[in-house]
Amino acid sequence: MASVTMKVNGKSVSKDVEGRTLLVDFLRNDLRLTGTHVGCDTSQCGACVVHVNGQAVKACAIFAIEVDGAEVATIEGQANADGSLNVIQQAFQDHHGLQCGFCTPGMVMSAAALLKENPKPSEAEVRSYLEGNICRCTGYHNIVKAIMAASGQDVAAIAAE
Amino acid sequence: MPKDHGIGASDKRREDVRFLTGAGHYTDDIKHYGATTAVFCRSTVAHGVIKSIDTSEAEGMPGVLAIFTGADFADVGGNPAGWLINSRDGTPMKEPKRPVLAHGKVRHVGDAYAAVIAETELQARNAAEAIVAEIEELPAIVDMAAALAGDAFVHDEIETNQCFDWGWIEDNRAATDAAIKAAPHVTTLELVNNRLVPNAMEPRCSIGNYDAGNDSYVLQTTSQNPHLTRLLISAFVMGIPENKLTVIAPDVGGGFGSKIYHYGEEALVLAAARKIGRPVKWTADRTEAFLTDAHGRDHVTKIELACEKDGTFIAFRTETMANVGAYLSNFSTATPTFLHGTLMAGNYTVPNVYVNVKAVFTNTAPVDAYRGAGRPEATYSIERVIDKAARELGIDPIEIRRKNFVKPDQYPFVSAAGLEYDSGNYDALMDTLEKHIDRKGFEARRKESEAKGMLRGLGLNAYIEACGIAPSNLVGVLGSRVGLYDAATVRVNATGNLSVMVGAHSHGQGHETVFPQIVGEMLGIDPQSIDIVHGDTSKIPFGMGTYGSRSLAVCGSAMVRATEKIIAKAKKIAAHMLEASADDVDFKDGQFTVKGTDKSVSFGEVALKAYIPHNFPLEDIEPGLEETAFYDPANFTYPSGAYACEVEVDPDTGKVRVDRFVAVDDFGNIMNPMIVTGQVHGGLGQGIGQALLEGARYDDDGQLLSASYMDYTMPRADDLPFYTVDHANGTPCTHNPLGVKGCGEAGAIGSPPTIVNAVVDALQSAGKNVTHIDMPLTPLRVWDAMQNA
Repeated sequence: MASVTMKVNGKSVSKDVEGRTLLVDFLRNDLRLTGTHVGCDTSQCGACVVHVNGQAVKACAIFAIEVDGAEVATIEGQANADGSLNVIQQAFQDHHGLQCGFCTPGMVMSAAALLKENPKPSEAEVRSYLEGNICRCTGYHNIVKAIMAASGQDVAAIAAE
Repeated sequence: MPKDHGIGASDKRREDVRFLTGAGHYTDDIKHYGATTAVFCRSTVAHGVIKSIDTSEAEGMPGVLAIFTGADFADVGGNPAGWLINSRDGTPMKEPKRPVLAHGKVRHVGDAYAAVIAETELQARNAAEAIVAEIEELPAIVDMAAALAGDAFVHDEIETNQCFDWGWIEDNRAATDAAIKAAPHVTTLELVNNRLVPNAMEPRCSIGNYDAGNDSYVLQTTSQNPHLTRLLISAFVMGIPENKLTVIAPDVGGGFGSKIYHYGEEALVLAAARKIGRPVKWTADRTEAFLTDAHGRDHVTKIELACEKDGTFIAFRTETMANVGAYLSNFSTATPTFLHGTLMAGNYTVPNVYVNVKAVFTNTAPVDAYRGAGRPEATYSIERVIDKAARELGIDPIEIRRKNFVKPDQYPFVSAAGLEYDSGNYDALMDTLEKHIDRKGFEARRKESEAKGMLRGLGLNAYIEACGIAPSNLVGVLGSRVGLYDAATVRVNATGNLSVMVGAHSHGQGHETVFPQIVGEMLGIDPQSIDIVHGDTSKIPFGMGTYGSRSLAVCGSAMVRATEKIIAKAKKIAAHMLEASADDVDFKDGQFTVKGTDKSVSFGEVALKAYIPHNFPLEDIEPGLEETAFYDPANFTYPSGAYACEVEVDPDTGKVRVDRFVAVDDFGNIMNPMIVTGQVHGGLGQGIGQALLEGARYDDDGQLLSASYMDYTMPRADDLPFYTVDHANGTPCTHNPLGVKGCGEAGAIGSPPTIVNAVVDALQSAGKNVTHIDMPLTPLRVWDAMQNA
């Protein structure tokens, strides 16, 4: 067992973990932050994307002890201080960018990372960035649209129906 | 103008808030005090005799609480097929037992033969690895034709690999044969409908709990239909009385068919919970999902289209081999038959149809209904052969379809495959499609592509499907062992808000938003004061769940009927309160008024009165305001559509890019256009995935080569375009109260042939005589086809 300390969604946490404990299991099992999901075993699906020191990371592909001392952000910490949805979350709701909701936390976290490095991404840039996030419900149309809308771009011209 | 509230408005989804903030509760998110973990030992060979299973070392390992093998379940029932199909000769289908754990033989890679329950997952995994199974490997039976021809059997006791040999409609066989023989033109096509893995993003998960105090069980599980699962466990597999078993499907991360079925893991966690007296959880990893979730499609078909020289259709005849895998999953026998053969007249007035389906056991995972379930296979066969025929006859692909469409004045129309289509207007859909696709501009776009060294193709398609499953009387005649009604209870609480308990299960479809829109409009109250309760058999009436695009058409109809009963009773209460006759009371916009007076009471006041029945005419009206309705549909609903796409093919690499895709659908009346559009998008994503990317591949030894996301190509965002979706001009369903048709599967049904038709068109434009390529149209397959043309 090793001791890890990190800030998760702004709160400091310290726990003893086994060396083999993945960050995603640490978040889900030890911290009960179950919004970060596990959809595959091969780091492909992206349902587990969180931010570590501001970078998008697949929490299934990193050990908890590797993020000792880091700042971790998960879907549970994304809403505005008053509890309302943040710009990206609100855009996902406004544009029906989710159905079953399972991939959604990873999508929102990836979208946040994308918009941080590219505030006005083109359609192609959004699609390319989402290569590591799989959604089975939406056919991606409304996810791409939501992310472009969250970036402040006018998406009215993208066919709604 | 689109409405801004109520029926027909694009209300945003209320369930989104919890999903967007990480506050959803999926099964694996649930943690019980004292929970233990189950891990399964799964066969690494496709076919073998279990000689022995030595659990002695594992039993003594740290944390191990119990170990189960197939012998522990030898005396309990099998997981049944829900549909009895008779062969052409009248004999019933072969129905070998599907045990909780494999016993005697393992029959596919991933077939579970033992399970370990331990304190932690790690301990369970370690112990599972210490179990020594001696399995004598037998040659794998993988190829369907070889399975039918060979003398080795997946199930030795039935002495054949043929489950059934089904003819539809057998009495039409001779006429169809004769019509084809005499026809001036016959187009023949052999095609494969590729095997797919549904791949809901949430892997299956089940938690068993046992309460010794009252000898009762709770199963929390990833299910699309908790009551159906309870029924299967109670009546067929475990024998637990239904009143002693609660099945709860909480938030479920997608299903697409794969979570309809009862799986052995659910029975195992219940048995284990009873044995050790503690909660037992099993969560699939993704490779387990690939190996054991029911797969979809996997048909090999020869189709013939006989027509006049002018393109008038005379007959469709098909011969299909349908893979059912190693065991019969719950709907596996209905999918290739009554959800497929009955659609083989398509949108057309063709007078002769004959369908032959041989279902084949193989040493592969069970195959069952996956989004579309039989109708994608029918549509693909029909629409591909029509496209080929049009090319052979030199007739425009739209014109040949229009020439044979059922016309608007022909409804109700009984197709040559035996279904009665209630409504539709296929020409109108095609008109709308033509407006969207700018066909006149296609040649210019093709030239632009060619200037870049690319080939451009236009693919066209029309589809019809039967969903809103299903009228119990009809499916009973056809072999179903269950009824396919649904149910809803509308409970008006004393303070005027509502809890609506429904048999349908929402796992992405938005019921929590749309159902209140409907009830709210009917009662003239704010939908926000209405909550939907679903997924818990201890709370909801006995409904059959969500699949086959049935939630709104069937369960929604039950909800409408229950709400009508509420209004009828509320009118009586209002009449009492207003000292009037119920016949004189009108109800509009949430107010009860007495005709010709200004006397009124609100719905809320009536609700309160119902629960505080002072001075109540108890001899005429019971207290309370709660009603249940069961609804059994009179017919399927028949969505239809016209689809088009343009693709660019890189002739140097064979890579296909979908440039644009237009889907024009008739879903009848639309309750929430935003959600309907989203359903079409999702179906298109899966259909384009089938056409271009996805394929479950077994090698000759029965090893699944595509058992992870490293190997099975899921559509990514950059594989797909923005879609144009239009469902503005539906023809209402004539037999359900909302006039709705199912929209969940259409996109997956209509899109695969559209894509393949477009790619063939692109290659033909380069002078390549390519008439067909089997899906998925990978760069290699397209490139090979070009080299060999």
